[in-house]
Amino acid sequence: MTSTAAPLKMMIVDDSNIIRRRIERSQQIERLEVVGSAANGREAVALFHRTNPHVVTMDLTMPEMDGIECVEQLVKINPDVLILVISALADKATAVEAIERGANGFLCKPFTDRQLNYALEELLSEA
Amino acid sequence: MFRESELRTFIDGTTRFFETLTSQPASVGSPYLVTDGKPGAYEYSGVIKVSGAREGVVFFTAPRGMLTVLLMRMQETDTSEETMRDLVGEVANTISGNARRDLGKGFVISVPNVVANGSDPVVMPHARSFVIPINWRTHAAKLVVCLQ
Repeated sequence: MTSTAAPLKMMIVDDSNIIRRRIERSQQIERLEVVGSAANGREAVALFHRTNPHVVTMDLTMPEMDGIECVEQLVKINPDVLILVISALADKATAVEAIERGANGFLCKPFTDRQLNYALEELLSEA
Repeated sequence: MFRESELRTFIDGTTRFFETLTSQPASVGSPYLVTDGKPGAYEYSGVIKVSGAREGVVFFTAPRGMLTVLLMRMQETDTSEETMRDLVGEVANTISGNARRDLGKGFVISVPNVVANGSDPVVMPHARSFVIPINWRTHAAKLVVCLQ
């Protein structure tokens, strides 16, 4: 029996092309469909308005607008969006701040494919 | 003052990076001190400026050959100049960001600035820097930590 549920739209935000492509390539969750990617927070907000994704992966250290500010803006636009922060910033205070601003999960770089998919599954269990 | 004992966090971050992304751990040689402000560089360097509780730079520098193999291990097929620059910046960003696990949120890092062609990538803010030699497969690279 096949599922008829509509896929959940996902947006990838990272200033590295390599990381954006890697997340798209490595995520193996059937009900997620990548609808776009952005290289900084400002681009991400514009893309978010156009595509209205259910799920966002968010880098923190980016030019133009950083990830923490972007998380805050996206949550203002849609409080139901699920945001997984994927960042190299490995201190607990940063993870706590991201969650307080509205992110739903935190995955530290570098990450394996398995860790990425586990983190996305955990995120979707909140949906 | 940056203490030699704090190098451990950068060594651990370097080891973790290669092990996680390639399943092939890098071996890290004995760090050494450079006092003339010229730690040297390979073809590509990803430079992170550090501010906040510490001040200075951290940079990862590697030859094109190593970056090409690293990209292949990451299943990345694009080996253009732009992708080389992207990768060396991402390595520097990841190792520096991971250092906040030990050095805390006051260790503020910039987005990477990438310099190519093997010249010393930045005017070092201090004459004194630690160089961590990195060997991965048949390739050599280094991480330079120049912090007050």
